[in-house]
Amino acid sequence: MFKDAEYFLPADNAYALLPLRFIRLDAGRYVAVNEVGEWQTLTRPELEALVRKELPVNTPLYYSLKSKHFILDHDSVVPVDLLALKVRTKRHRIAEFTSLHMFVVTLRCNHSCKYCQVSRQSEDRVAFDMTVAMADKAVDFTFCSPAKAIKIEFQGGEPLLNFGLIKHIVLKAVDRNKAERRHLAFVIATNLSVLDEEILGFCKQHDILISTSLDGPEDLHNANRPNAHNNSYQTTIEGIRCAREALGFDKVSALMTTTKASLARVKEIIDEYVRQGFRGIFLRSLSPYGFAIKTKCFDEYDSRQWLDFYREGLDYIIELNKCGVFFVEHYTALVLRKMLTPYGTGYVNLQSPAGMGIAGIIFNYNGEVYPSDEARMKAEMGDKIFCMGNLLTNSYEDTMLSPALLDPLRESVAETVPMCEECAFLPYCGSDPDYHYATQGDFVGHKALSGFCKKNMGIFRYVILKMEDDPEARKVLEKWVQW
Amino acid sequence: MLKLLSRTVTPLGDITELDAVVRRMADGTSQQSENRSKEYYLIGNGSDRIPEGYKGYFFFETPNGEVPVNSFLLEPALSYLRGGDIVKLYPRHNMLRTLYRVNSLHNSMLVTERCNSLCLMCSQPPRDADDSYIIGDILQMIPLMSPQTKSVGITGGEPTLLGKDFIGIIQCLKRCLPSTAVHVLSNGRNFKDWDYANAVAGISHPDLMIGIPLYSDISSIHDYVVQADGAFDDTIRGIINLKSVGVRVEIRIVIHKLTYERLPDLSRFIRRNLTFCDHVALMGLELTGFTRSNMDKLWIDPKDYQPQLGEAVRLLSEARMFVSIYNHQLCVLDPELRPFNRRSISDWKNEYMPECESCVRGNDCGGFFSSSKLKYSAHIKPFRT
Repeated sequence: MFKDAEYFLPADNAYALLPLRFIRLDAGRYVAVNEVGEWQTLTRPELEALVRKELPVNTPLYYSLKSKHFILDHDSVVPVDLLALKVRTKRHRIAEFTSLHMFVVTLRCNHSCKYCQVSRQSEDRVAFDMTVAMADKAVDFTFCSPAKAIKIEFQGGEPLLNFGLIKHIVLKAVDRNKAERRHLAFVIATNLSVLDEEILGFCKQHDILISTSLDGPEDLHNANRPNAHNNSYQTTIEGIRCAREALGFDKVSALMTTTKASLARVKEIIDEYVRQGFRGIFLRSLSPYGFAIKTKCFDEYDSRQWLDFYREGLDYIIELNKCGVFFVEHYTALVLRKMLTPYGTGYVNLQSPAGMGIAGIIFNYNGEVYPSDEARMKAEMGDKIFCMGNLLTNSYEDTMLSPALLDPLRESVAETVPMCEECAFLPYCGSDPDYHYATQGDFVGHKALSGFCKKNMGIFRYVILKMEDDPEARKVLEKWVQW
Repeated sequence: MLKLLSRTVTPLGDITELDAVVRRMADGTSQQSENRSKEYYLIGNGSDRIPEGYKGYFFFETPNGEVPVNSFLLEPALSYLRGGDIVKLYPRHNMLRTLYRVNSLHNSMLVTERCNSLCLMCSQPPRDADDSYIIGDILQMIPLMSPQTKSVGITGGEPTLLGKDFIGIIQCLKRCLPSTAVHVLSNGRNFKDWDYANAVAGISHPDLMIGIPLYSDISSIHDYVVQADGAFDDTIRGIINLKSVGVRVEIRIVIHKLTYERLPDLSRFIRRNLTFCDHVALMGLELTGFTRSNMDKLWIDPKDYQPQLGEAVRLLSEARMFVSIYNHQLCVLDPELRPFNRRSISDWKNEYMPECESCVRGNDCGGFFSSSKLKYSAHIKPFRT
């Protein structure tokens, strides 16, 4: 009455390969990654057998490759449907279009950070403030985006030095949203030095998030981020405390920037974040823009040093987690989301097509529209190649269809870029035309010379090896993933 | 185990009800409805007053003296019957089948015994006979059910083999019992036809879930377990179609010797490919039906698959999927899995073993199927606290 298991096996041993790419992981191992980021490690003989279609069927490796949609045999054709579904899911965000809208409400600042990426202006020069007319146009522009979720982020300079305009923009956007009914969120990126009760009250009322900078322990933070009173660490910590008290603990986040002085101190930096009650850290490298280039900060360490810093940090964080401290490295968490879930991320720098303009967009204090924070920094250095238009004189359509946006987007699609198109890590990576323009003078860049490429490949490799070689670490990492 | 089928229904006096018929019952607690001419009245004991106007009367003790028309004596094992319950009476065969119990959370309607699969562990082995009369019974029964019924199950066989009649049953449930949750057990294969899936969606039932089994991430293993070539592809397409038109889907995984090893792989497969499903039920084996003939292929002590089960629960709940463990005893589950355990075994076949007598956590425990007496975990141990 019942048939044996053998009866249900495929009629022959033939199989076809579904789209996949592979790359060497270490001396003995390769990793194969399919079109939607599922991966499988293989030895060299296994890899050769796979691609020569000589893999013995119905072994654990065969089943694993079949389950993860690397191969298609005569028993089942539904993997093609499932892959199509997964590709649509991964790319879903492209249809959502621009979500993040950054408003540079002033370029004035009261700090003089040596790595500042936006060429700060001193505090009293009103010429560097966005006008109300521009702000109104920027709100209109924002709601032209079809995105269901819209995030408005206030940047500077120190945006709270022009709090009046922030208030104006928030109230206008909230009012506009009564009819639009989008998921509207606000963030202020601030050094917290000019917080007062009025500001906090307003933030509380409109559920505005605070994002600040914390570079590590006091001496490192003060050295990286000097102010007139040499107390920027104290100001920041006090600001975090006040903001948490007024708005709620989880309404305040912090970002760190790595400088040469940070490189040897990753554990201390992480400890500082743990001490301040944060549940994670974003180990960021320095971008090649603004004062960072003028002050030669950027040249001071290369990708290799940064990767050492990252690996040491990640190892340390994983150990903390193993000891029961839930603490996330946010960049790794983004990468893991790409590796372990059917979803993509909204992170602007890991998109293909590039995230510039279509994941995030920035309105400069002078009314000019740029596709990314980095692009407006480039403009502050005198190169307006990425300027998409001006709020006062160009329409939404003119601006979004400007060659300043479309050319870099079109030229840099990673699936079409030499070396990227064949890279196993492509599904995890993205295209960063503004970075490559800043460092190599064109939107694509030679990936062998690219710090972006070196850094990300190093991270992908390290994260996969961690998961493969340390089951406990894998459990920790899987917990970080946002589903 | 409750007796749902009695073959000792004895007529007392004159009988005008001769053909098999679906009837709702009333008792002393029931409000006298205008429909009583269609209902049977349950007489608790000999001294109970006999109200007039009912279609018929059920006695549990032989009455003294005259009895009204259509009086029957029932065996004591049926004394659980209450007003509001629904039975099918076969007067010519002295038979009565309980179809619906108003106070139970586990009412289910078997809508056909036919099936297009032949699962190795099927608890309700299919029969290839014309049983289309069942549809009529069910359409008669649904309007008689209490509108307060919390939930009702539809099972088989494979309900979708009824085609349009399956749609009709769901429509009838929506019309008569709009606030009753409906849970359908289907192998999902017929929903590979998008139009059929869309027809179910078109009913717009407010609380409908289709429970569909998936036994492996590997097509040939799933097909072997359900003994049907191509079933894996059909089922996956069916799930995708249902979800694409907005019908809720539960994935049901029965854990046994053929499925436990790849449970973590299946969980990774589900969270990658079918994350949009509404519930995943990880289920213990019921030792009835075909399972009994395939014990050597299927039986594994639940204690021995705890690592795989734990990994599956972790992977699925990390992916924010709603996960439950069904048909398991609390004491064989690893402590971190106990919060996922649900009391899933239908009340009429839910029992406990002698080991459980001194256990203080019986109320949280799934207990056993009545059929588990054949074999159960060697690790049953009562909780003292």
